[in-house]
Amino acid sequence: MVSPGKVEIGQGIVTALAQIAADELDIDTGRVQMVRASTTRSPNEGVTSGSLSIQQSGRALRYACAEIRQIFLSAASDRLGVGIDALDISDGIISGPGNVRTSYWELAGEVSLDRDATPGATPKSSTQRTVAGNSVQRLDIPDKVFARPRFIHDQALSGMLHGRVLRPELSAAKLVDLSEGGTRAIAGLVAIVRDGNFVGVVSETEDGAEAAMKALRKAATWSAGETLPDENRLAEWLKAQPAEPAAIDKKTAPQAGEKKRTIRRQYTRPYLAHASIGPSCAMAKWTGDRVHVWTHSQGVYFLRADLALVLKLPVENITVEHMEGAGCYGHNAADDVALDAVLLAKAAAGRPVRVQWSRQDELSHAPFGAAMAIEIEANLDAQGEIVDWRHSIWSNGHTARPGRAAQPALLAATELANPHPRYIATNPPQANGGGADRNSIPLYDFPSWQIECHRLLTMPIRTSALRTLGAQGNVFAIESFIDELASERGEDPIAFRLRHLRDSRAQDVIRSVAKRANWKPDKRAGIGYGVGFARYKNTGAYCAVIAEVEGAEDISVKRLTLAVDVGEAINPDGVINQIEGGAIQATSWVLKERVRFDSQHITSNTWTAYPILRFSEVPDVEVELIRWPDSEPLGAGEAAHGPVTAAIANAVFDALGVRVRDLPITRDSLIAAMESAL
Amino acid sequence: MPSIGFRLNGVETEVDADPDRSLLDILRGPLHMTGPHFGCGANECGACNVIVGNHAVAACDTPLWSVADKDITTIEGLGSAERPHPLQRAFIAEQALQCGYCVSGILMSAAALLRRNPSPTGEDVKGALDRNLCRCGSHNRMVRAVLRAAAEMAAPQ
Repeated sequence: MVSPGKVEIGQGIVTALAQIAADELDIDTGRVQMVRASTTRSPNEGVTSGSLSIQQSGRALRYACAEIRQIFLSAASDRLGVGIDALDISDGIISGPGNVRTSYWELAGEVSLDRDATPGATPKSSTQRTVAGNSVQRLDIPDKVFARPRFIHDQALSGMLHGRVLRPELSAAKLVDLSEGGTRAIAGLVAIVRDGNFVGVVSETEDGAEAAMKALRKAATWSAGETLPDENRLAEWLKAQPAEPAAIDKKTAPQAGEKKRTIRRQYTRPYLAHASIGPSCAMAKWTGDRVHVWTHSQGVYFLRADLALVLKLPVENITVEHMEGAGCYGHNAADDVALDAVLLAKAAAGRPVRVQWSRQDELSHAPFGAAMAIEIEANLDAQGEIVDWRHSIWSNGHTARPGRAAQPALLAATELANPHPRYIATNPPQANGGGADRNSIPLYDFPSWQIECHRLLTMPIRTSALRTLGAQGNVFAIESFIDELASERGEDPIAFRLRHLRDSRAQDVIRSVAKRANWKPDKRAGIGYGVGFARYKNTGAYCAVIAEVEGAEDISVKRLTLAVDVGEAINPDGVINQIEGGAIQATSWVLKERVRFDSQHITSNTWTAYPILRFSEVPDVEVELIRWPDSEPLGAGEAAHGPVTAAIANAVFDALGVRVRDLPITRDSLIAAMESAL
Repeated sequence: MPSIGFRLNGVETEVDADPDRSLLDILRGPLHMTGPHFGCGANECGACNVIVGNHAVAACDTPLWSVADKDITTIEGLGSAERPHPLQRAFIAEQALQCGYCVSGILMSAAALLRRNPSPTGEDVKGALDRNLCRCGSHNRMVRAVLRAAAEMAAPQ
């Protein structure tokens, strides 16, 4: 039985961890029982994010299992009178010379694992592993294909009630008046809960809760909302806000090169929605002053810490247990809906309450990935070589996850009669990969550079972690700019990159992808090819992409070819699945996505208003995994987004001769780019 | 309340409910079938798709009255671990999902396609799944899985 602190979010972590345990213990993967994370029993492994679960949880598990193996071998040696070195383990059966044998299960009564791990256990070398490193089928997929209830959405607790929370359509509006009469008449109503601007209903049935919400919506009067920025002038707005500047990195050339000219470009990316297919859902049940919460949060301990702040209860009174949700792609409303359920369940007299957000709320009240404006300026010498490089970012912070601060980050906390202030998103430090500044330090060997980041101190549009944090924007900017400089020199963009990279693994992924995509295919009308490269967080996976696009007015991405080095890959097919998925999601971001708003509302609150890539629009995706079984695992979930974004933008230039520097790349942004180039 | 009858996964079923309620409500509520998933409530994502007659429809946007006397198949009726439908086998073989929340609706759209067109092309599959949204980016694996299932169903037993 393995009880990790990391959680399944559709990335296949449960399977990869089971593989690691099976390998170290010499048992069949099918014998490994994976336990869902809970604050009652799991190690506190923080949050499942940042493509770090194999590095963190996987490594801990590998060492723990290596030690467990040794403990059992030693017990077997005592029982069988055979030296440890003479013992073998095969699917849990421990045997030695002369046909002596015992097993983990025979010895289980004599061996206590209730002890701390000690340093010094030696896991197997890569050549001794037989499970980790081989593609296996994910453990959770049969349940999902046969629709056995596995999602939190599909669970029914005994005596469960249904809750809904009424949220204003206007951004951060205040509840001025609420006449409850009509709602009280709805069949099945258990309670109307109101605490300041937080208002919700509890009903015996789900459709009763929906009907009560409809009635309540009609009965509520809201104040005007907060003013939102002009969605068509985001860069200007971002640069005009009060901000906290940070010097991210500086490199000084031993000898300053001779500047002949300076080129400056600005790149932007819009706010992006996580846009999970399953609206966020949670269940909560009070017993006296203790509450049990079921959630698809990425961090059960962090959520518990925030709940404790809001409820003014010691953390011991709160149990937070994970259940799978739909893919979240970062910090969506999973944590918010958990607090909603906790607040509504207070009115349920000890019965559990299940709360599910609407599609509209999911697309308008959950945190968004932050919009970014990025300026890069390069000094060039007479040969067009870069002698100095300056990269500046303006953006809200990229994380406002719960459990990190003395104030809660949960939505309902700001709505209560005694409200907590809105938590303004911050950036993790560069040592943890950075936030808005993630991947802003070039991997290229430019002689000098200066990187700075301006974190906004206002946040009219709520932002928090979306897959890759700032890396997608920064890689788009750097790789577009590089492409432009190479093109001005008349140099092949791959040759230009290789010439400026010193890391052989970085060069390898670029060479591999170039070979696989037959770089550079002959020019054909309306078709373009572009390349993008990054090492995620500058410390994670290496990924190079070649995009093939077609189009004139509307761009379609025909093919993405990727080469990836994630270090040790536990489940290679799982890695490829993650890379393919990341590539397709990034294509969706690039071609279609942009959170829309007017002066008071988020208007992109349906799938029609916030379209994502459809089957007919999905490119062919080919992934080459470069194997490094002896290297540290580097993570896979977020490696593709930045390079894919840049590769598509560069391919659009190759096809049309137009540089689109403002995402998404749509008919409108193409026209705007053509006009500004005139 | 009038009683409305239909065949659900081959079983004669009667429901006493407001005929304007959505089929999804009825399936997930009183009938305890949680395979069809709520995604949008507006026929925009396909997560709740079921087959009525021979066509995949969004259960969230199908009023109960409209399925009177009809044949309804949900993911629960497609197959089981013991008797999997070729599509379910193929989705496992191709590892054709990541989070899997959309997959029960996608399987139903695919099953409806194979009823109408047992030997689809890749383009046919993309067309049939075009109203289903997948956010994880498993599209290409899903198309491969549908083609694999079609080939398996066409092969002589």
